[in-house]
Amino acid sequence: MIRIPCPFCGPRDHAEFSYGGDGSITYPALDAPLEAWHDAVFLRENICGRQVETWQHVHGCRLWLKVERDTMSHEIYSVTPADPALAKVLEGGE
Amino acid sequence: MTARRLDQGGRIDRATPLTFRWDGKELTGYAGDTLASALMANGERVLGRSFKYHRPRGIMSAGVEESGAIVSVGQGARQEPNVKATMQELYEGLETRGQNAWPNVRRDLGAVNGLFGRFLAAGFYYKTFMGVPLFEWGRGTGLWMKYETLIRKAAGMGRASREADPDQYDHAHAFCDVLVVGGGPAGLRAALTAAEAGRDVILVEQDFELGGDLLNDPAGEAERGALVRSVERAGVRVMTRTTAFGLYDMGVAGLVERVSDHLSAPAAYLPRQRFWTVRAGATVLATGALERSVAFGGNDRPGVMTANSGRSYLNRYGILPGERIVVATTNDSAYVTAGELAAAGAEVTIAEARNAPGCELPAGVTLRTGVAPLKAEGRSKLRALRLARPNGAGWQAAGREACDLLLVSGGWSPVVNLASHRGVKPEWDAELACFLAGDCDEPVYMAGSAAGVWTREACETSGVEVAKRAMGLASNPPAAGGWTAPIRPLYEVRLPGRKAKAFVDPQHDVTCSDVRLAHQEGFVSVEHLKRYTTLGMATDQGKMGNIIGLALMAEALGKEIPAVGTTRFRPPYTPVAIGALAGRNVHGHFKPLRRTPLHDWNLRQGATMTDAGLWHRPWYFAGPGETLGDAYVREAATVRQTVGICDVSSLGKIAVQGPDAAEFLNRVYTNGFAKLAIGKARYGIMLRDDGMVMDDGTTWRIGEADFLMTTTTTNAGRVMVWLEELLQLRWPELKVHVTSVTDQWAGVSVAGPKSRAVVAACLRDPDSVSHETLPFMGVAPVVLRDGTEGLIARISFSGELAFELYVPGNYGEAMMEQLWTAAARHEGCLYGLEALGTLRIEKGHVTGAELDGRVTIRDAGLGGMASTKKPYIGKALQERPELQRPDRPRLVGILPKDRSKTFNGGALLCKPGAQSGFGEGWVTAVTHSPALGHWIGLGYISGGHDQWVGQLAIAADPVRGEPVEVEIVSPHMFDPEGVRMHG
Amino acid sequence: MTRFSGWNVFWQGMTGQKGWARQWRDPQPKSHYDVVIVGGGLHGLATAYYLASNHGIRNIAVLEKGWVGGGNAGRNTTIVRSNYAQPGNREFYEHSLKLWENLSHDLNYNVMFSQRSHIALLHSPGAIDAASRNYNTMRLTGTPDAEIWDLDRLKQAVPHLNYAADARFPIMGAAVQTRAGTARHDAVVWGYARAADQLGIDIVQNCGVTGVVREAGRITALETPRGRITAGKIGFAVAGNTSRLWTMAGLGRLPIESHKLQAFVSEPLKPLLDQVVVFGMGGSHFYISQSDKGGMVFGGDLDWYKSYAQRGNLPIVQDVAEAAMSVMPCLGRVKLLRHWAGVVDMSMDGSHFICRTPLDNLYLNTGWNYGGFKATPASGWWFADLIANDRPAPMIANFDLKRFERGLQIDERGAGPDPKLHG
Repeated sequence: MIRIPCPFCGPRDHAEFSYGGDGSITYPALDAPLEAWHDAVFLRENICGRQVETWQHVHGCRLWLKVERDTMSHEIYSVTPADPALAKVLEGGE
Repeated sequence: MTARRLDQGGRIDRATPLTFRWDGKELTGYAGDTLASALMANGERVLGRSFKYHRPRGIMSAGVEESGAIVSVGQGARQEPNVKATMQELYEGLETRGQNAWPNVRRDLGAVNGLFGRFLAAGFYYKTFMGVPLFEWGRGTGLWMKYETLIRKAAGMGRASREADPDQYDHAHAFCDVLVVGGGPAGLRAALTAAEAGRDVILVEQDFELGGDLLNDPAGEAERGALVRSVERAGVRVMTRTTAFGLYDMGVAGLVERVSDHLSAPAAYLPRQRFWTVRAGATVLATGALERSVAFGGNDRPGVMTANSGRSYLNRYGILPGERIVVATTNDSAYVTAGELAAAGAEVTIAEARNAPGCELPAGVTLRTGVAPLKAEGRSKLRALRLARPNGAGWQAAGREACDLLLVSGGWSPVVNLASHRGVKPEWDAELACFLAGDCDEPVYMAGSAAGVWTREACETSGVEVAKRAMGLASNPPAAGGWTAPIRPLYEVRLPGRKAKAFVDPQHDVTCSDVRLAHQEGFVSVEHLKRYTTLGMATDQGKMGNIIGLALMAEALGKEIPAVGTTRFRPPYTPVAIGALAGRNVHGHFKPLRRTPLHDWNLRQGATMTDAGLWHRPWYFAGPGETLGDAYVREAATVRQTVGICDVSSLGKIAVQGPDAAEFLNRVYTNGFAKLAIGKARYGIMLRDDGMVMDDGTTWRIGEADFLMTTTTTNAGRVMVWLEELLQLRWPELKVHVTSVTDQWAGVSVAGPKSRAVVAACLRDPDSVSHETLPFMGVAPVVLRDGTEGLIARISFSGELAFELYVPGNYGEAMMEQLWTAAARHEGCLYGLEALGTLRIEKGHVTGAELDGRVTIRDAGLGGMASTKKPYIGKALQERPELQRPDRPRLVGILPKDRSKTFNGGALLCKPGAQSGFGEGWVTAVTHSPALGHWIGLGYISGGHDQWVGQLAIAADPVRGEPVEVEIVSPHMFDPEGVRMHG
Repeated sequence: MTRFSGWNVFWQGMTGQKGWARQWRDPQPKSHYDVVIVGGGLHGLATAYYLASNHGIRNIAVLEKGWVGGGNAGRNTTIVRSNYAQPGNREFYEHSLKLWENLSHDLNYNVMFSQRSHIALLHSPGAIDAASRNYNTMRLTGTPDAEIWDLDRLKQAVPHLNYAADARFPIMGAAVQTRAGTARHDAVVWGYARAADQLGIDIVQNCGVTGVVREAGRITALETPRGRITAGKIGFAVAGNTSRLWTMAGLGRLPIESHKLQAFVSEPLKPLLDQVVVFGMGGSHFYISQSDKGGMVFGGDLDWYKSYAQRGNLPIVQDVAEAAMSVMPCLGRVKLLRHWAGVVDMSMDGSHFICRTPLDNLYLNTGWNYGGFKATPASGWWFADLIANDRPAPMIANFDLKRFERGLQIDERGAGPDPKLHG
């Protein structure tokens, strides 16, 4: 069981979360050319080791999170809300 | 073996005799017995038969490593195969029997296999059984499958019940600072140390009593009792009959607690077992060590056991396991056993493989040094042991000792299995002749004999010190070892050039010759050895044989053991019932059913339900004597003629709110939503990133910044997650909040020419649904006559004048009562999914059957809804060339050429005379249309219906029936102009 | 090399098993080969075998970082079937099944392919229609053994399923492929290794690729712990590790993600289930069969998060156990003996790649999702054909890396471009 420290709910079993995917992808603008969309949607670095990925606390606060995790050891290095404004609020910035 | 129960001694309760049955025979044991000890005390010697050769097998150990006494327990639906007799607690009425034998384990005709043993070497089945004997002539798999039927019957061990398991299993969860696995001296001390330091500690022990090896030592009872009491006083949560079967990521352990397997009449509220998920800050593995045997001829005979188990049967169960006992050992650990057995009245000879013992010879014991067991003689009863002594690098015969019990100590293997689950590589300690767990980069620590610490005092110290380490304190655990004289590593004894059946893995009948044959054939990697010979794949997972197998392979390769490696242990440590892993999530609780607020109301009206995702929805409402076919045709016809009411509460409903809600929807849907007026609904299609259709539904604008989106029943969850992903990951700048409100509303569709009259009759203001106040696609708040506030939309899936009426979920039944009363006046009906299907097929409206994740918006005939004025999700990638091909299958209507005929959903559409290949398209849905008076269907066909004007197609359905000639028409088969719904 | 036959099993039994040689040699790698296949799993070994047997190329090495068959070859649930319906997959898997049918004879190794039927349970009229579409496609494309069974026939053939009328998902029928079944996974590995070795191919174990030497648009050499090896052509067949090797070759991104798939085996039982049974309802996915040894072999979904670790976690263990109890409630007292995980290359449409690459002499075989085991013979056959002829045969024309640019997604489930959703 991976234990994910949700910034809103605290540490929880990964079974409460659903895995999104590669968090390093920047999706292009809606009117961007086909090639840009192809690369974002279909191609992956597929890192063995430390990577940024997205998870949603789907059975909890429903925040989408950016999680930095090792894909071999499953160790988690950081978890932040994907929405930068929410991240700021939870850090106590505003 | 001529075992007998002693008049005194042991931990059994002679005042509580227990009656149990073994192979139909009624026998008696005592409280505190295991099945194995009770059978031993009753003089039962042959308790099992081996996998391949069906050799007679008796008790080989007193614990989880048992490979001989494997039996079936319970009867009927509660029959459990492959139970280790050494782990089954005795209880009144326990029903047990032998397995893998016919007619029984004592006389097993399968033993004839042993005569052919020379042909049944490791992997022999890979070399034959392919074709006609003797040279494997032929092709294909036909002959193999005939052999296979026989092989399968011979293989397997116990027989599983065919009935559903009637017992309950629970899931439970726990957290702790320190999890201590193993309740022996080290584990008890570790738990006590951590608890006294204020830590929250869970101590798990697979046995039914705490103490570990202390239980085998009457002299240590006072100390054991005191230690157990302190542990309990210190607040340790003690779980006996509980096995930590696996360690998983981040300090999570899986435990299985056997709650009532030891009770003859468990209370009804008790589960059979509990599966615990424990999240521990640190884990101390005080899992002990297992004694291993030595490979020599007949080392699997009933009457050959591990040395320490002899002590266990004597001191714990009050049994003298033999009268003339040879204790064959390579180390000091067996001497105490020998002494105690002699003191209990047995004639004991130690066959010491070393030239001198490392400790004092106990009184009354004869010692022979420099000898090792060569061959156990006897069949189902041990008669004598032939001995050997070293001769150069090999062995030579060294006489014979008559005996009825042979206890063997080939050394000890620390239980590193759980550490191995965490990827810790075992490291070979040549001096101790065992694998020790290497360092773990997680907070998992080995203590006591699991860390190779052999003496009791040092184990206790180890427990204390390792607990400190687990708490992050300075500590100084004792080093591994502790015997005064070193062990003589010994794995196999054989005379040069002589054949003997010496077993490495007794359960799977893997012999030393098998290991050498594997080497000869190149299966030298440990994993290849394991897979080719099946060594270590039996129910003991190699607890008995792995090390011997490795040693033999190392010898064959001329290497040291560490150079050969070791296999990684996989969870579970001991087998776990599948029922326990499933827990309560079975039967009706498997994938818990979702019910609409109108569920019970529908059932009261005679609904037959069907699955829709996780929901149950009404399928049809059969009148007296009606079949499904009668009912849905009547329902659909009634909707077209008067009015019908359908529960649509399961549709996904998502509140989309915020100042940017319109902009958000405009990006998500292919069609425009920016300018949707308040009080209006619009049908929308959303695509995936790759341009394929994801979902469809209507979205209602209730206010400037307030929308209610509806989704299909099956995609509701997925769409919700998708919207959240878009808002939080891609467009955090949009000020929009989405909330699933599916469960808040009860919704019905009221459809048919009389629908307005029915709805109006239920409203405070009947005019609020007039055509002028609520035109087609209008949305408005309404108040029912009883004051219930709700929402109404004039939208239609059926193609009739229709309304969707939503009220808060708890008012659903009240709404239904009012509507149903009003509908009755118009001879209306309730209709289910089947009639809903009929109505929408007639209209050519798509559902999940058409939107299968592989169609574009154009394929689905909805290309007109793809805006050319604005970008939206999926727009870019739907422009890819393959998705633009004019010959892509498009949505069409399908009519049988002979209108009296029917055809099936799932049929392929082919050109006449070309019923092969992938065809030109397929049928997605078929219904009998009461409006048209014959069967109709929807489907996809290459190019769409324009390409098929005047051409027939064949609906080919070879898996179910005959081909049918069909006409391809527009999907809008009924009222294509939509006069009825606009009217 | 002693031929495998009943006669030789008898004769060797009589003469002390002395005549059995190594099933494949343990050669020192040479410094140059015409073709080097990286990856000594099923697909790599099969490719090497067919390069030699179909195309006459003999100077071949298979480089394996551990022991042959140590990856997904030895970690799967051994199911072989061809009930794929999408163009491309359909022909490919049917060809594979045909090769399976005679594989034991072709390799002179009993791979124990047991054509015991693959039975997918159906629970609603809609599911029966959807399955019929696929099974009709099978019938019309040359697979005669695709059948839809009603409940009575199913009950007769598979008596111990959950037929309770009040079951959570009552069974209504089944889609059946009778030529499908299971095979002994390790035997397939060893069979290909032995047959390839007999054709002169060097199978080099404990020889992982540690570096890729590139020059312009070619790979000039591979670095290994056992020296630098040059090759005319190089094929990658390293399921689970494709992206790592791809990155080593400096080639950027791929349309795959590595996920782990768990597998489970119970203690051995006397025959309980004679077919492969598959269940998929309520978001659950489950498949089960019984090995010849008697263990119930079963599995379910991915662990749902990307991982290169060959170890599973508890949530899926529970999910699979729940599904097991739902399908066969008599399994409650049957005990799980082992569970483990394999790392699978999940692709963006659930289908594989057998293709050329941006480098002239590099060929790629990847993206097998759940389907790698059953694909073995055809994968080897067509990858060998590609490498030998340097052009994709029509059979694999669409299994290239550019298909998504063209708009072609060979998506059996219709799940879309999310690798974890394909199974």
